[in-house]
Amino acid sequence: MVKNSNLIIRSGRVVDPSRNLDQIADVTVVDGRIESINPVDGRASAPESSAPGRIEIDATGLIVCPGLIDIHVHLREPGNEDEETIGSGSAAAVAGGFTSIACMPNTQPAIDNEAMVEFVLRQAARSGLCNVFPIGAITKGRQGLELAEMGHMVRAGAVAFTDDGCGVANSNTMLRALQYAKMFDVPLIQHCEDADLASGGCMNAGLTATRLGLPGLSPLAEEVMLQRDLLLAESTGTAYHAAHISTAGAVRMIREARRRGIRVTAEVCPHHLLLTERDIGDYDTNFKMNPPLRTERDVEACREGVADGTIDCLVTDHAPHGADEKAFDFQTAPFGIVGLETALPLFIRALIETRLLDWPGLIERLSCLPSKLLKLGRGTLAPGAIADITIIDPAEEWVISPSEFLSRSRNTPFGGWQVRGRATQTIVAGRVSFDRHSGVASGEPSVGVR
Amino acid sequence: MVWPHRNLLTLEELTSDEINLILDTAAAFEDVSTRSVKKVPALRGRVVVNLFFEDSTRTRTSFTLAAQRLSADVIDFTAKASSLSKGESLRDTVRNIEAMGIDVIVCRHSSSGANHLIAKNTKCCVINAGDGRHEHPTQGLLDIYTIRKAKGRIDGLKVAIVGDVGNSRVARSNLHGLLKLGAEVTFVGPTTMVPGAFAKMGARVVHDFDSVIGEFDVINMLRIQMERLGSNVFPSLGEYTRLFGLTNERMKRARQDVLVMHPGPINRGVEMAGDVADGGRSVILEQVTNGLAVRMAVMFLCTQALGAG
Repeated sequence: MVKNSNLIIRSGRVVDPSRNLDQIADVTVVDGRIESINPVDGRASAPESSAPGRIEIDATGLIVCPGLIDIHVHLREPGNEDEETIGSGSAAAVAGGFTSIACMPNTQPAIDNEAMVEFVLRQAARSGLCNVFPIGAITKGRQGLELAEMGHMVRAGAVAFTDDGCGVANSNTMLRALQYAKMFDVPLIQHCEDADLASGGCMNAGLTATRLGLPGLSPLAEEVMLQRDLLLAESTGTAYHAAHISTAGAVRMIREARRRGIRVTAEVCPHHLLLTERDIGDYDTNFKMNPPLRTERDVEACREGVADGTIDCLVTDHAPHGADEKAFDFQTAPFGIVGLETALPLFIRALIETRLLDWPGLIERLSCLPSKLLKLGRGTLAPGAIADITIIDPAEEWVISPSEFLSRSRNTPFGGWQVRGRATQTIVAGRVSFDRHSGVASGEPSVGVR
Repeated sequence: MVWPHRNLLTLEELTSDEINLILDTAAAFEDVSTRSVKKVPALRGRVVVNLFFEDSTRTRTSFTLAAQRLSADVIDFTAKASSLSKGESLRDTVRNIEAMGIDVIVCRHSSSGANHLIAKNTKCCVINAGDGRHEHPTQGLLDIYTIRKAKGRIDGLKVAIVGDVGNSRVARSNLHGLLKLGAEVTFVGPTTMVPGAFAKMGARVVHDFDSVIGEFDVINMLRIQMERLGSNVFPSLGEYTRLFGLTNERMKRARQDVLVMHPGPINRGVEMAGDVADGGRSVILEQVTNGLAVRMAVMFLCTQALGAG
């Protein structure tokens, strides 16, 4: 990589919600930072440059926006490297248009101390494809008992805390965690699920579960813990983020809590905007995720929540699992689906094609707001900002083909879907990390041998 | 009509004509059991494996006898579901069994949908002998067969299914089969055991047995799983029996010609009084007898779909 090379992205539709920008312009990048954005009005355009190593990208007809950010990703390293690694997850991320991902701490062992956070950052630097921001565990070993060393982890680079995979059941522990995290002003992210109410469930509790004879996961499991947390968050004033919201009740609670001034944010996954419990069909385990697919009413409420801003962030909950594991029976198979390489067109279908959001609205929720939430210092094309940029062809029609994924896992219910819209280039700190035509760039020179 | 299915996974997926074909075929097989030589050559040369991941003596014996009366070879494969966690997946187990040249897999498993998974991974006939709390189609068929034989019809009958309906695969198979043949089905039990969602599947849901007991042509009592005591779905066996048990007292308010059924084994004195189980309106033993003919019919029809082999 030639660090100081110039990059010029010409004549794209530059959409930067952080500065209310939406116009045809040239974007110039120098030394990995945004140098200038020059509107193309037929006369003035980016100055011609003859610097050696300069790269020009013609973005005519394409959207140029701050790099997409997914703050809910499972990378499985350490512990389950056959399903995903920090390197393969990064490759999948840039292929999907993401320049930054935040990874969840439910690895084996859990990311619950300073050394683990540093390990993640080092592996990410080795692959050198995108920014990987570690999220630390709230409690040691994600056991829900003792607080993990949040201070140490923040110092090492953790951007938030969560026990994702399960919720913090003990109310006192959660209260203490909220009080403690406030010192560092990082958000606590909760996987809202009351374990007793969810006990044994594997799909949404309701008509389809009754018909299929599968134990149900009640929407109440999500809503009861969320309601409790909102009270706790209100009392401490800590930033609280509800992960992968899936029920109409949860959307309503967050909307009301916001109105009351509680510092709460929320996220939603594409599958909860596009699929319902009825899609499970004949026990297809690619439709098994947690929270589970809900009803039409819940999908509608989640879409509305995104449209009216109640739900700030769009995430994938990228959860890779091997084919053998997913080949178990529905009750035994693990929860989760991959998402990094399919998220963009699915959000386009759920939100833009339905006219619930326009492009600036979508990019705000896929880049600006997630960056703001975790204080990542990304999500903008302001001059001087780190040049994380995604170039999107909004018109490209393609078919989702899991066999072509760069992720190590293939577990998706969206295989074969005819979709529209795709990242053509993903640029991280001024360097083209992914190009639809030439593929993924090779990573940084390794620190050691992998 | 020609039987189109290689597998019998649910009654939900069958049409009324298909259900009637099974019942009629069973009727034709029924007299085999009364002959001196209790065998027909319909499945000669075929191999049937009983793949039971859950304990069951009665159902397995019934399938074994049914297969033997059709002249099939029968193998028992008893496995604990926990072997899955030891590394061999259900899929691998099935592929191994298939590699031994099996024609019919009769499977019982504690997970709903396990038979669907097997069917996707084998060319054998797959007959669901109970999957989790989903369906138990041959039990549903033998119940319907028994009712049809006793009452002469199904259309227009009022059938009650009483007990832990939510966890019952028998109840689901009965519901789908009975509704398709024109019966009216009422699920009776405590609110913790009979979820309201069943109403959307076409059942009537009632939580007060006494208010409706006089209406029914058939009362099918489900077995109370003793391990549910303590899971707070009901406070005590005594209270359950008082509210939902088929006691002698309650039977006095039932119709004179009501048919009393139970998939067995019975907890005498809990869901049903011993006198009622042994009484004149009980067809519980006929159910067992009819199970043989019904299972013969199912195996016969499904293997027809395999073609010559």
